[in-house]
Amino acid sequence: MQFAPLGDRAVMITLGQAIDEPTHRLVRAVSAHLDAAPPAGVVDQVPAFVSVAVHYDPMRVGGDPALPPYERMVDALRTTLSAVRADELDAPRHVEIPVCYGGDLGPDLADVAVQHNLSPDDVVRIHSSGSYLVYMVGFMPGFAYLGGLPDNIVTPRRTTPRTAVPAGSVGIGGEQTGVYPLESPGGWNLIGRTPLTIFNAARTPAALIGTGDRVTFRAITRREYHALESPT
Amino acid sequence: MTIRVISGGLQTTIQDLGRVGYQRGAIPVGGAMDRIALRIANVLVGNEESAAVIEVSLLGPALVFDESTVIAIGGADLGATVNGSPVAVWHAVRVPAGASLRFGRPHVGCRAYVAVAGGIDVAAVFGSRSTYLRGHFGGFAGRALRAGDALLTGSMSPRSERIASTLRGDQSETVVSRWSIATSLRPRYSEEPTVGVVPGAHTDLLTAEARGQLTGTAFRVSSSSDRMGYRLEGPPLTPRERIEMKSEGVAFGTIQLPPDGSPIVLMADCQTTGGYPRIGEVASVDLPLIAQLKPGDRLRFRFISLAEAQQRYLERERDLSQARIGLDLRHIRGAS
Repeated sequence: MQFAPLGDRAVMITLGQAIDEPTHRLVRAVSAHLDAAPPAGVVDQVPAFVSVAVHYDPMRVGGDPALPPYERMVDALRTTLSAVRADELDAPRHVEIPVCYGGDLGPDLADVAVQHNLSPDDVVRIHSSGSYLVYMVGFMPGFAYLGGLPDNIVTPRRTTPRTAVPAGSVGIGGEQTGVYPLESPGGWNLIGRTPLTIFNAARTPAALIGTGDRVTFRAITRREYHALESPT
Repeated sequence: MTIRVISGGLQTTIQDLGRVGYQRGAIPVGGAMDRIALRIANVLVGNEESAAVIEVSLLGPALVFDESTVIAIGGADLGATVNGSPVAVWHAVRVPAGASLRFGRPHVGCRAYVAVAGGIDVAAVFGSRSTYLRGHFGGFAGRALRAGDALLTGSMSPRSERIASTLRGDQSETVVSRWSIATSLRPRYSEEPTVGVVPGAHTDLLTAEARGQLTGTAFRVSSSSDRMGYRLEGPPLTPRERIEMKSEGVAFGTIQLPPDGSPIVLMADCQTTGGYPRIGEVASVDLPLIAQLKPGDRLRFRFISLAEAQQRYLERERDLSQARIGLDLRHIRGAS
């Protein structure tokens, strides 16, 4: 567990080197521990692939006021995190995302298939049979980075990103797959779209997918897609 | 009380001190670009420091106040007038019913904060009234203000009532307070400020030459700068090696180095995580100086220690807290 300043109001806690499940479990354990017993002054935290960023208010950190707030914050974090155990996590939540693959909703499906000498149906079968782990949420509200993409459909990002990827688009970017929660620019290969609203600030909870969740995709027809589409 | 928007200006939004506690869901903190200006403006009208205010950018809006109230403008001097008479920044101003607030030519800086007694009353989204333009949520309908909008304000605090009563004068007149906030608390805005930078996780990645360029160059703020980040133009900064980064937390003030070598300073609406090397973080007390820069302005960096950045932060916070208490005492005595 390494501590380093992230400016004058945050600490970066680094918990590993590689994106793998043991590191992920430690990240989640540290995150849960900070929620349960936050040291004085902690205002927010950002669990990521191999780290947790802890944002704090230097005015409200405890300890000896003669010491700089950063040192006092790190001391408090060391103390509270000495008891962290990665084997005490809650069971992951399971989220199923219905996806209509191919056609105009997944314009890159055929291209991905060609790159792997597969048929489009093969790509759909492989993608929708995987079980994916949400390593982190970042980039834009509700955007979940999913790990666990089967090797035989790992596909490099498009050379030219699209300026506008529609909300709900399901893509493959390198070894990762995910769903765009909002319309945004993007360079991933789009293989389908979900009718679900992945992120809506006016809804509780706003995001369907959170860090630590297990995600699976279920192939649906165009008819089912329209039936499930929520009016916006 | 209702504030009617006659014209929206370039980019006028409702802002407060941002969303705290939702970054793990990649909800940006957002909020005012120049936080000290927002806080002082709120103090001047007797609001909580975190109350929602109107952030005005470069070319201001035209606003009409339906009832008499107390306002204060913090931040840049954007040539504000009430019913045609100039009003100074950093002062409380009692405006009469029907008063029209307009803006003229910007002097130094580009963002002004209009605090109104009672605060701007819009629904909180993720605990904040800030407008997040990219996400289309928060503030007034998730967007910048435009002609025809009507804003409501909250009810005045007893402190605001006391301030209003000290600004004596004819009910039809605009009354500007003789008192203000200590000059030492007002940021020294400039078109070429030098800001303190705390070394970051990847400062060592810069070659000696690049490190010298970082502190020896007046970087130009590019035209593709916005509330999310400022892109800087100057000599490309070369890293010693390319490193494989895993996306992780960033902060308001993080200086990222993308592969093209042009640094980006992350600002109020920055994303919660990033995958570029972090060559430093701007000292929090100096962020207002950057927030007031517009495309074409210049910016210089100097490295300072983390301890110095935090010391300056603690001093600033104590000074602001004392100033607030000083103003309270003055208003209780009823001086104007």
